[in-house]
Amino acid sequence: MTNLTDLGVAAIRNGVANGDFTAREVAEAFNANVAAAKELNAFIVTTPEKALEAADAVDADRAAGKELGSMAGVPIGMKDLFATKGVQTTAASHILEGFTPEYESTVSSNLWAAGAGMLGKLNLDQFAMGSSNETSYFGNVTSPWRRPDGANTPMSPGGSSGGSSTAVSARLAPAATGTDTGGSIRQPAAFTGITGIKPTYGRCSRWGVVAFASSLDQAGPMAHDVRDCAIMLGAMAGFDPKDATSLDLPVPDWEAALNSDLKGKKVGIPREYRMDGTDPEILQSWDNGIAWLKDAGAEVVDISLPHTKYALPAYYIIAPAEASSNLARYDGVRYGLRDLPEGAGLQDMYAATRAEGFGDEVKRRILIGTYVLSAGFYDAYYTQAQKIRTLVAQDFENAFKECDVILAPTTPTASFGLGEKSADPLGMYLNDVFAVPASLAGLPAMSVPCGVNSEGLPLGLQIVGKAFDEQGVMNAGLAIEERAGFTAKPEKWW
Amino acid sequence: MSNYRIQGATGEWEVVIGLEVHAQITSASKLFSGADTTFGAEPNTQVSLIDAAMPGMLPVPNAECIRQAVRTGMAIEAEINTYSRFDRKNYFYADLPQGYQISQLYHPIVGEGQLLIEKDEKAGIPEDKIIGIERIHVEQDAGKLMHDQHPTMSYVDLNRCGVALMEIVSKPDMTSPAEAGAYVRKLRSILRYVGSCDGNMEQGSMRADVNVSVRKVGSTELGTRTETKNVNSVRFVMAVIESEVRRQVDLIEDGGEVVQETRLYDPDKNETRSMRSKEDAHDYRYFPDPDLLPVNLEDSFLAECRASLPELPDAKRTRYIEELGLSEYNAAVLTVEVETFARFETLLGITAKHLGKPESEIATTVANWSMSTAPGVVKSLGDEANLEYATAEAQAAILGMQGAGDISGSQAKEIYEIVLKTGREPAEIAETEGLKQLSDTGAIETEIDKILEANQDKVEQYKAGKDKLFGFFVGQTMKAMQGKANPQVVNELLKGKLG
Repeated sequence: MTNLTDLGVAAIRNGVANGDFTAREVAEAFNANVAAAKELNAFIVTTPEKALEAADAVDADRAAGKELGSMAGVPIGMKDLFATKGVQTTAASHILEGFTPEYESTVSSNLWAAGAGMLGKLNLDQFAMGSSNETSYFGNVTSPWRRPDGANTPMSPGGSSGGSSTAVSARLAPAATGTDTGGSIRQPAAFTGITGIKPTYGRCSRWGVVAFASSLDQAGPMAHDVRDCAIMLGAMAGFDPKDATSLDLPVPDWEAALNSDLKGKKVGIPREYRMDGTDPEILQSWDNGIAWLKDAGAEVVDISLPHTKYALPAYYIIAPAEASSNLARYDGVRYGLRDLPEGAGLQDMYAATRAEGFGDEVKRRILIGTYVLSAGFYDAYYTQAQKIRTLVAQDFENAFKECDVILAPTTPTASFGLGEKSADPLGMYLNDVFAVPASLAGLPAMSVPCGVNSEGLPLGLQIVGKAFDEQGVMNAGLAIEERAGFTAKPEKWW
Repeated sequence: MSNYRIQGATGEWEVVIGLEVHAQITSASKLFSGADTTFGAEPNTQVSLIDAAMPGMLPVPNAECIRQAVRTGMAIEAEINTYSRFDRKNYFYADLPQGYQISQLYHPIVGEGQLLIEKDEKAGIPEDKIIGIERIHVEQDAGKLMHDQHPTMSYVDLNRCGVALMEIVSKPDMTSPAEAGAYVRKLRSILRYVGSCDGNMEQGSMRADVNVSVRKVGSTELGTRTETKNVNSVRFVMAVIESEVRRQVDLIEDGGEVVQETRLYDPDKNETRSMRSKEDAHDYRYFPDPDLLPVNLEDSFLAECRASLPELPDAKRTRYIEELGLSEYNAAVLTVEVETFARFETLLGITAKHLGKPESEIATTVANWSMSTAPGVVKSLGDEANLEYATAEAQAAILGMQGAGDISGSQAKEIYEIVLKTGREPAEIAETEGLKQLSDTGAIETEIDKILEANQDKVEQYKAGKDKLFGFFVGQTMKAMQGKANPQVVNELLKGKLG
């Protein structure tokens, strides 16, 4: 019999629809894997009963001959940044520990409506701030991948969606939600050998997603392959009148239109991404990608994104600025942690609660954000960063006059050992150097696995597309996927 | 120029005043959430997830609030900015769940405009004056802290949190308490005409921050200003200025310096006191709200806003004077409040229809009736008057009978009294209660003939030139008719018979 937990979204959906197995069998299999993987710390809360409940509903619908949703029978992991009604939602923070929303985020509602079930709430970097999953209040997630050097160094699953990447890669879930502010879907996907897409800004509603940087935050799927991402993104996306930045556009049937024949398509290769000191193995994987896309019929063109080197500094002004304001609501007054020292007044309560409730990385970004917005510094930092953001977006607009999609590495390195970079915040921030420009421009971008490096660790290639052209991105991703033949899996050690 | 001067020990001083008026926008729901805005509800019963700033909640602009701000801008002849944007003003306070107020610092929706305050010599406004308006921006109100509910704790009511406000910022164009008072009254009148704010200062739906500085007469430099926050009546606005001016002049003349600061007004002591100075002022870290897109106003929307504006106070007052022939005083009084002119215009319309006469011909009569006669009757009746019976129909019926000469002015009053007490029909009252004046020439002629017959001597004297005796004959006739004859008819008949 098939090992159900090796299956992805499409295979499960089809198998359930065909009656090859029941949704309940699938949910039970993944629940068992989740329960046996505590060592990975991918979940903050597990909800096996929710997964079973959704599965039973799908099985009942099938028995009754009802039409099944696009995710029917697929149990998924939910990043703990999405508010889930009646289930603790923490953003991996102490300040929201024990917070149980009375509401369900739009994206998770959409997924449940499509027939998906919830295995649990996935660990992440605290408030999605981090690139290694080491900033969670609930302890770091450990990647299922290890270097084959026998040292058993615990590896980073990437961040911030590190619980999501680990869960999918370790077969604890066939798919998971992620959110991407400056690479938080793509980088962990690349680190763990899975596929993830950040759609165009506004495709997925932000309503009910704990905010990090509102102008950048975008939800997206993380799964084994491009097809699974297409199916799941179709279920997640859609106009939401409750989000003023939501795109009022119909959701295309991305899955049905998947096509890896790239004849007539042009792929741009940005010369500025070929930075000095980039890992030669990363450059090699990029060259492989170029060859595969040519093989798929695409024409490869050299393009320039001249403001690339300013994108990361601009991102680390804009994102913390927005975060410093977005996180002001966690003040101990209405919900979450309250630290009220004996005889304390309001200001003391704020200070004590926030000192206790936020981790170091969150505090660092609140301080940076507060600084760049303060009187006398606003123009020098925030205004300049916004100008750069506009220039970065213009770079892409110009480039897309010459090509249909852009191919680049997802990250400058493969995964690293936990703790290896945590003392060097700037080095950590550099991890997002290839991911951030597309975030600033609000463009769809995907990471697909393209092989392993000499240490046996996965590498990812990134495809960036025009606004609203998720299809073009996924088609190019599919072309790479078909040619890369990525079959590596982490050895089970947990 | 105002002649308001403050006599100091070192000479004469004048005052420079600017006002920031916060006006609550009339709308069923809040600026960025669907929560109700009704005043006086139980604490925390009108709070959405957005107002409480729950994790992941997002603001969605209420189009009606935008529309009302635009209409208000048009009513003060202001520039409407087709591109505007919301900014966050960041600070921590228990009545501000988000930790920031959504406001408009950099790109307000309404730019420069103006309003006219009318000359009022008694109040010290020697001539009409234009007061400039700097801008109107839209923002969220905060919640309310309640300190009197518990001995050691404060409570928070978030009902008001997120309600839409317009902040209407004047230029520093006012130079006396009277001008400031007139400005607030005129602004309130315009807001009520437009329907964008109920102007109810007692309930806090309109309140003013009063900026005051003083300088020596003849100086062109502005002095250091203070800002007194949240003043909630016209009287208090004027009192704040009086007291602040005195305080500043005394301070400077005693060798001190005015400090730029925020102050609070204590109506019981009639004085302002310091709240916080510029040194410990917040750094609000304004930046564009990333949850919201810029507001782009389309031509069709602007046209709809403009078409929906009613006739405004200045235009109405001019029309009353020029087209209806009302006195300046009547026109001014009738046009201040929406309720007043609405009552007047309805009554005028129905009465004109009853009489088949143009409105301009009877406007003064109707104005006098609605400004003085009718309120007089109501007042004299006190509790006996049932105002439900004070319908425009009933009053128009009375004015119609009076205009047709069927009843006299005093009969009109008597009939109205009965209407207010009983709700009976005016025509029926006139008939049943004998409250009609006779215009039947036959009956009057008979009486006149008798009187002339009985007073032959006086007739002779009159014909010999003693004109004053005409009044005697009128009086006798009216008496014989028990006061019910139409005096005009009596006059005409007597003139005919006496030659």
